[in-house]
Amino acid sequence: MTTGQGQPVGEPLLAVEGLTIDLPGRQPGLVQDVTFEVRKGRAVALIGESGCGKTLTSMAVLGLLPPAVRVSAGAIRFDGVDLLRCSARQLRQIRGGPVGMVFQEPMSSLNPTMTVGDQIAEVRRLHLKERRSVALRQARELLTRVGIPNADRRLRSYPHELSGGMQQRVMIAAAIACEPKLLIADEPTTALDVTIQAEILELLRDLRDSLELAVLLVTHDLGVVADFCDDVVVMYAGHIAERTSVDELFYRPRHPYSSALLASVPQSGRARTKLNVIAGRVPSAGQFPGGCRFEPRCEHSVESVCRLPQADTAVDDGHRTRCGRVASGDLILEGAVRG
Amino acid sequence: MTTATISTTVSKRPRHVARSLLRRPASAAAIGFVALLVFLAIAGPLVSPHDPETQDLGNRFAGLSSTHLLGTDEFGRDVASRIIQATRIAIVAPLIAVGVGLLIGLPLGLWAGLRRGAVDAIAGRLADTILSLPALVGALAIVAVLGPGLVNAMLAVGIIFSPGLFRVVRGATLSVAEETFVDSAEAIGSSTRRTLWVHILPNIAAPLLVQVTILMGVALLAEASLSFIGLGVQPPDASWGSMLKSAYNNQFESPFSVVPSGIAMVLTVLAFNTIGDSIRDAVGLRRRT
Repeated sequence: MTTGQGQPVGEPLLAVEGLTIDLPGRQPGLVQDVTFEVRKGRAVALIGESGCGKTLTSMAVLGLLPPAVRVSAGAIRFDGVDLLRCSARQLRQIRGGPVGMVFQEPMSSLNPTMTVGDQIAEVRRLHLKERRSVALRQARELLTRVGIPNADRRLRSYPHELSGGMQQRVMIAAAIACEPKLLIADEPTTALDVTIQAEILELLRDLRDSLELAVLLVTHDLGVVADFCDDVVVMYAGHIAERTSVDELFYRPRHPYSSALLASVPQSGRARTKLNVIAGRVPSAGQFPGGCRFEPRCEHSVESVCRLPQADTAVDDGHRTRCGRVASGDLILEGAVRG
Repeated sequence: MTTATISTTVSKRPRHVARSLLRRPASAAAIGFVALLVFLAIAGPLVSPHDPETQDLGNRFAGLSSTHLLGTDEFGRDVASRIIQATRIAIVAPLIAVGVGLLIGLPLGLWAGLRRGAVDAIAGRLADTILSLPALVGALAIVAVLGPGLVNAMLAVGIIFSPGLFRVVRGATLSVAEETFVDSAEAIGSSTRRTLWVHILPNIAAPLLVQVTILMGVALLAEASLSFIGLGVQPPDASWGSMLKSAYNNQFESPFSVVPSGIAMVLTVLAFNTIGDSIRDAVGLRRRT
């Protein structure tokens, strides 16, 4: 069996290698040396605090970085094609075609002056060159598929006539309109009510199974990660702190930042306990410490090791960490779930 | 007050905006007046009582009468017919000026607002330069290069308008470009051109429309000013500005003759401004208090 353009099985669908993103002249290393991969049908979470570069990384995949922000090193291979070397036209064919994207704020992600039907149909008209009437019929199918009742009437609705959850379903319908292989979802549930969050995740799970969709999920919600994802990439201050499977992360975190994140999740069933917080805040780009970037906030820091730059090291099969103490066996961290 | 409740409940969809415009007496009257002008501009020759260019030198400066409703001018031409003939220019001239302004300012403003970069920097400095000239002096300089005549004069006015339009469009685009739907349009593979025209333009239509209607009035005044000093419409064509000029030259022989063209101009500019203000209120760009 082959995936896409004749590669052997096991070749990842999306491979990001050594990605470095700069704001030239002002802030080098907004994202530095980020490497991870997403395989067919797998869901990979990109987690971290706000400002750690996770959204930049996901936007870089589709070449949608803000003006003035540049990729200065690395490669992003999708289905065997290096997206960083693609022309603008080639990129446009990939966006919305084999790669769909869903954003955080459903309310502002939809054009207020276009009907829902036209916005979904637009994707098919752009990529499959379908006529408007044909594309609208497909849009109707898609609306039904993402669980919107009264699809006929909803086609002619404007975004403001829909609830947040419905709007996010519309966004998802547009993202899967051309049967993508990869869905990039940037905090798709953050702006929604908790009950709606569960429904949207359920919908994504259904689509993942039925379309064999690979998902790159950007989030800071560890509950969503545990619920939905297979692999995790933990980012901190533009670096990958740890990269592993979801089970490994929850049972055996191998980076002090991951274990601090796990410890900061409020626990139910324990009344009147103090919330664990990570002291301090993420350093802004340009003010990163010279050694381990987490060192100033780390409760396990040891000057002799942690003031030096840390290398990304494999500790177990498929488990990588950027903590020198963990890598050398000097530090053993406790998981959130004791197995 | 009823107008206040209308302006708070109105939605931003075009149909609702149009309905609320027609529901207000002031804007309804203004739209009616502009519609009348457009009708006269198209059907003028059919409804005008006399030929506007036929001279009757024995009947100069005739007063108001049933044959000459607004009297005659210094060549004995029927003033009412000339006012009607001049509506064509009153409509066409602002259209040319605003059209030229849009042709330059709109694409540049959209592009600069979305992509910034070199286009923004260069167009922005150029706009500053043009805006630093007094408008009429700038127009005079351009007409001096192109030569007098209605189209050239309006080209000049359009060039003078373009930096203002550029700024309005750029500013509105900047704020719309912050919205995620612009990213999401790009994320489905929309080209820059498509993103600008299909996704951004409809969302900046309201401020743009306000600016355009108000500039229509300004352009009419600019046309009149340039025609008044002889750089716009050339004889024997009639424009309200050139009529005002000849009335001014003969003000001691026929004091009344400044009135018809003057009033026509005042009412037209007032109508354009009223429409502009009403659109602004209807789409809620400025809250009524």
